[in-house]
Amino acid sequence: MEDKQLTPDQFAKLSKDEKQTDTIVRESISAWKDAWLRLRSNKIAMAGLIILVIVAIMSIIGPIISAHDFQTNHLKEKNLGPSVTYWFGTDDLGRDLFTRTWMGTGISLQVGLYAALADLVLGVIIGGIMGYFGGRVDEILNRICEILYSIPNMLIIILLIVIMEPSMFTIVLALSITGWISMAWIVRGQIMQLKNQEYVMAAQALGANAVRILFRHLIPNAMGPIIVTLTLTVPSAIFAEAFLSFLGLGVQSPAASLGTMINDAIKAWTLYPWRMIFPAAVISITMLCFNIFGDGLRDALDPKMKK
Amino acid sequence: MLKYVSKKFLSMIASLFVLASATFFLMKIIPGDPFIREKAIPEKIREHLFAMYGLDQPLWKQYLMYLNNLLHGDLGMSMKQQYMSVTRIIKESFIYSLQIGIFAIILSLAVGLILGIIAALNHRKWLDSATIIIAVLGVSIPNFLAASILQYVLGSKLRLLDVSGLNDPTDFIMPVLALSFLPAAFIARLTRSTMLEVLSADYIKTARSKGLNGRVILVRHALRNAILPVVTYIGPMTANIITGSVVVEQIFGIGGIGKYFVQSITNRDYTLIMGLTLFYGIILMAARFLTDVAYGLVDPRIKLTKGKGG
Amino acid sequence: MKKSIFTYLTLLVVLTLVLAGCTPKENNAGEPNNATNGEQTVAKAFRMNLHSEPSSLDPALMEDNVSGTIATGIYEGLTRNDESGKTVEGMAEKWEVSEDGKTYTFTIRKDAKWSNGDPVTANDFEFSWKRSLDPAMGSTYAYQFYYIVGAQDYNEEKIANADGVGVKAIDAQTLEVKLVAPTPYFLSLTSFYTYFPSHQSVKDNEAWAADAATIIGNGPFKMGEWQHNTSIKLVPNEHYYAKDQVKFTSIDFTMIADSATELANYETDALDYTGKPTGEIPAEQIPVLKDSMKDEFYQKGIASSYYYMFNTEEVPFNNVKVRKALAMAIDRQAIVESVTMAGEIPSFGFVPPGIIGVKEDYRNEVKDDFFTENVDEAKKLLAEGLAELKLTEFPKVTLTFNTSDGHKKIAEAIVEMWRQNLGITVEIENQEFPVLLKNRSSMNYQVQRAGWGADYNDPMTYMDMFVTKGGQNSTGFASPEYDALIKKAYASGDQQERIDAMKEAEAILMDQMPIMPIYYYSNVYMLKPGFKNIFLDYKGDIDYTRGYYEAK
Repeated sequence: MEDKQLTPDQFAKLSKDEKQTDTIVRESISAWKDAWLRLRSNKIAMAGLIILVIVAIMSIIGPIISAHDFQTNHLKEKNLGPSVTYWFGTDDLGRDLFTRTWMGTGISLQVGLYAALADLVLGVIIGGIMGYFGGRVDEILNRICEILYSIPNMLIIILLIVIMEPSMFTIVLALSITGWISMAWIVRGQIMQLKNQEYVMAAQALGANAVRILFRHLIPNAMGPIIVTLTLTVPSAIFAEAFLSFLGLGVQSPAASLGTMINDAIKAWTLYPWRMIFPAAVISITMLCFNIFGDGLRDALDPKMKK
Repeated sequence: MLKYVSKKFLSMIASLFVLASATFFLMKIIPGDPFIREKAIPEKIREHLFAMYGLDQPLWKQYLMYLNNLLHGDLGMSMKQQYMSVTRIIKESFIYSLQIGIFAIILSLAVGLILGIIAALNHRKWLDSATIIIAVLGVSIPNFLAASILQYVLGSKLRLLDVSGLNDPTDFIMPVLALSFLPAAFIARLTRSTMLEVLSADYIKTARSKGLNGRVILVRHALRNAILPVVTYIGPMTANIITGSVVVEQIFGIGGIGKYFVQSITNRDYTLIMGLTLFYGIILMAARFLTDVAYGLVDPRIKLTKGKGG
Repeated sequence: MKKSIFTYLTLLVVLTLVLAGCTPKENNAGEPNNATNGEQTVAKAFRMNLHSEPSSLDPALMEDNVSGTIATGIYEGLTRNDESGKTVEGMAEKWEVSEDGKTYTFTIRKDAKWSNGDPVTANDFEFSWKRSLDPAMGSTYAYQFYYIVGAQDYNEEKIANADGVGVKAIDAQTLEVKLVAPTPYFLSLTSFYTYFPSHQSVKDNEAWAADAATIIGNGPFKMGEWQHNTSIKLVPNEHYYAKDQVKFTSIDFTMIADSATELANYETDALDYTGKPTGEIPAEQIPVLKDSMKDEFYQKGIASSYYYMFNTEEVPFNNVKVRKALAMAIDRQAIVESVTMAGEIPSFGFVPPGIIGVKEDYRNEVKDDFFTENVDEAKKLLAEGLAELKLTEFPKVTLTFNTSDGHKKIAEAIVEMWRQNLGITVEIENQEFPVLLKNRSSMNYQVQRAGWGADYNDPMTYMDMFVTKGGQNSTGFASPEYDALIKKAYASGDQQERIDAMKEAEAILMDQMPIMPIYYYSNVYMLKPGFKNIFLDYKGDIDYTRGYYEAK
C-alpha cells in the first residue's frame, strides 16, 4: 500500500459561502404550514372555503341588511316571487324569504357546528383513551361503542326529541348521542397506528405521562383525519336536522332552519319554486363546499399524497 | 374463525339486551300512551285496555315480562293495529324495504366504485373533476328533495314511471335511485381517495417498474386494496339506507318498514316500537358483522390483530 | 381497462333508460279503467287513497275515518245516510218508535244477507252490540251505545251480565231497543260504524278482522284483497240485497301518507278521487286547483269545529276579559282565505253548520253572532283584564298544537296577529299528538289547539263536552247554569225545548269563552269527471257505495 502523504497545500480554507452548505437556508416549514400551502394551491377546495365563509357571513348580516324581519306576516303579499321589495320572494304567510333563508342558514350552521363540536370533544377523548391504553380498557369501551353504534340512531334520536321537545339543543344533543362514535373509532385507529412509532417510544422513555403523550404527540399527529371527519360531520348534522324537519321534528317555529323551510315549501314547489330553490340552493351549496373543502383538506393533510 | 364468530355472536346478544332495555325505558318516559285520543276514552275502558296489555303492572314487572316474552321469541301484539302481531307487521312490511334496500346497496356499490375508479385513474384531469362534482352533488341534496324532484320529473311531468307504489318492476327505479344518491356519492369519493393513495404506494410503483401491465396492477393490487374502506362502509351504508327509507317510503307510498318508523312512536305502539328497534338493531349488527368478516377475507393482515383485539 | 369501465357504465345507463322507457304509463293500479263510448254507465273501478292503515275492520274496534271509509263499503247498519243527510232504510226495512220516544222496534229486511250467504238477523245485531259493550273487548267507541238502557253499567262492569242491556232480538226479524231517555238522534246513530253488525262466527276466531279472507260483512262490497299498510281492494258482494245498485267493479284503496304524492297520483290518473275525508290535498295547491280544475274540484262544509282552548285555571287565562281579548283580536277571514284556504267558515260559535236543529240546520236557526272581532275593544279588554289580575304586562304564555304543517301555519298566523294587534308575544310550540293530549287532560297547558267532529247529528255532540268536570272539558270551565241547561236538554223529548236549552248553553259558553272558536272545517276533494253519486255526508264521511261512472 502506498503511503499517502498529506501536505498542507491539500487543504484550502473554505470560503464563507462554502461554509454554510450544511445550514438550511430555506425557512423551515411546519407540517401545518405545508398543508396550508398545499390547500391553497388546490383551487377547488379554496373556492369551497371562500364560499363557506361568504355563506357564514351572509347568515349573520343577511337578516340585518334586509328591510324585513323574519316573522312579520304579510298575508296580502304571500307567495310573491322575487322582486325589488322581497329579494327572494315571500312564503305562504307573506314572510320575507331573504331574511328567513339567511336566518335559517345560521341555524342550520349552528346545528352542524355544535354537533361537530360535541363529536370532537367526546370522540377525541374516548377514542384517544381507547387507542392509547388498548387492552382491557379498549375492549370495554369498544364494546360500549359497538352497542351504542348498533342502536338504530334515528329511532333513538326521534324518541329523545319527543321526550325533550324539539329545540336546537335537543337536536344537537340527540345527534351527538351516537354521533361521536365514528369519531372515536377514527381517533382510536390513528392512535393505534401512531403509538408504536419511534417518537412516541422516545417520549415514553423520557418519562412523559399518558396525558401528555396523548395530547402533545398523538392527537396532533392524528389531527388530519380528525379535521377531515369534522368537515364531514357538519354537513351530515345539517342533513340530519333537515331529515328531522321532514318528519316535523326540526327546530321550533317561528325560528326556521333551511330544512324546515324546504319542508314547508316542498308541498307546493311546482307552484312557488322560489320558496324551495333559495333554501335548497343554500343548503346544497353549503354541503357541496363542506365536502369539497373536506376533500381538499384531506389531500392537503395527508403527506403520503405528496408527489 | 369459529371462535371469532361465536365471540361476536355473544357480543351481539349483549348489545341487543342493552338496546332492548334502553328503548324500553326511554319509551316509557315519553308522555302519553297508546290509548289516548282527542275524543277521550272513558276511564273504565282505558283501565281495561291497560290491563289487556299488561300496562297496569309496575314498570319493572312490565320489563321482566317483556324480556321473558322476548326470550320466547314473542314480540307481542301491536297496540294500534288490532290483532296484528309485531312479528307479522315486520315480516309483511320488511319484504318491500328489503327489496329496495338491496337494490340500492348494489347500485350504490356499482356506481360508486366505477365513478371512484374513473376519477382516480384520471387524477387531476377533467374526468376526475366531473365525476367528483357528480359525486359531491349526490351528498349535497337532501334525499327528500331528491325523491320529490325525481317523482315530479319522471312521474308527473314525463310520465315515464308511476309516481308511487311498488306494483311493477319499473316502480323500483325511483325509490332505489333516491336511496342510492348519498351512499353512491360517498363510495365514489372513498374509492377515489384510497385508489389515489394506493396508486402512489411503493408496491404499485414496484409492480410498474417490474413491467407488469396496467390491468394486472389495477385489478390485482390497486383495486383489492382500494376496496377495503368501501367494505368498512357497508355498516354505515346500511344504516343510511334504513334511515333514508323512512323518507323514500313515505314519498313513494311504499308500505315498507320505514313507514312504521315514526308512526309507531307517534302512536305510542309500545310493542311495535320495541320490535322495530330490535329488528333494526339486528340488521345493523348483522351488517357490521358481515363487514368484519368481509374485511378479514379481503385483507389477510386483519385477522392477526383481530385475534388479539377482538 | 379504462375502456371496459366505460362500457360497463354505458351499459348501466342504457339499461336504466331502457327499463325506464320501455313501459310508458298512462294508468296504473291494477286493472285499467276501460271506458266505452256513448253516454252510459260503464263498469269501472273506483280508486281512492286511504292515507294509512285502518286501525281495525271490526265494528267493535273501529275508531278512525280510515276504518269508517272501508266499513261503509263492507258493512251496513240498521239505517244509512243519504246525500241530503236524511236517515234512510238499511238493514232495517222499517221501524217504530214508542210514544215516549224510548223504545225503538226495528224490522230487519228478509233479504238481508252476509257476504257468505247467511241471513242477517236481529240476533246478529244484539250479539254485536253486546259484544262491543263487553268490557273485555276494550272497545274505545263503546260509549256510543250509552243511550241504551244498561249499556253503560255493563260496559263499566256495574252489572256483570249483558242480559241487562236494553237490546233484544224478539225474533229473527225484530230488534227491540230500549233507551235511557228519549233520544231524537238515535236513528242517525244506527248508521254509525260502531252500530254495524258482525257475524256471530267471529267469536271463534279472535283475529278475524285482520285478514281479507276472514272478514264477513253485510255491505254492498266485500273484502277482496288486503295488503297491510299498502292497499285494500273491495269487490261487489253478490249477496247484497240491492246488488243491482252497486255499479263499481271494485273499490281500490291505496295507503299513501304523503299529500303531494297523492295529488301526483290523481294528476297522472292513478286515482279517481283525492282529498278529504281520508286523503289530503296540499293546502297551498288548493287556490290553484280551484281555478285550473274547476270541474273536478269540490269543497263541502262539514260538521267539525277548529278552536283554541284556554286553561281557565291559570293566570292570565283565569280572567274572562283576557280570553275575550285574544278571541277578538284575530282576523278569522284572513286565516281562512290566506292560510287554510279550503273554504272554511270563520266561526263565532261552537256548533258547526250541518247539524240539525228543530226543523232545519241548527246554525241557521241559531246565528253564531255571540261575539265580534274588534281590535280596539280587544285592547281595552286586555288592559282591564291585566289590571284585574294586577299584572303590568302580559305574562309569558305558550300556544301548543299537535305537530302538523297546517296547525303550525295557523298558529304562526294567529300569534303574529296577537303581536301586531295587542302587542303581546305568545310563544308557539308543537307537540306530538299524544303529548298534547296528555298535557290537555292534566291541564298542563295555557292555550292549546283543538278540533271536534260530530259523533251524531245533534248539537248535543258539541254541547255536552263542557259540562263541569266532563271527560272532554279540559279547560277548567265550570258553570252550574250551563250544566243545568245540558241536563234539561238530555231529559227532554221535545226538540224545540232541547234546542232552546242548548242555544242558551252555547251563549254561556261563548260569553265565558273557555274556548276560542276559529273556523268550521270544510272538506276539499277532487273527483274525476264522469263519476256520479259519490258524496260526503254532513260529517264529511264519504259514501261511494252507489256511485257509478258515466262515459261522455
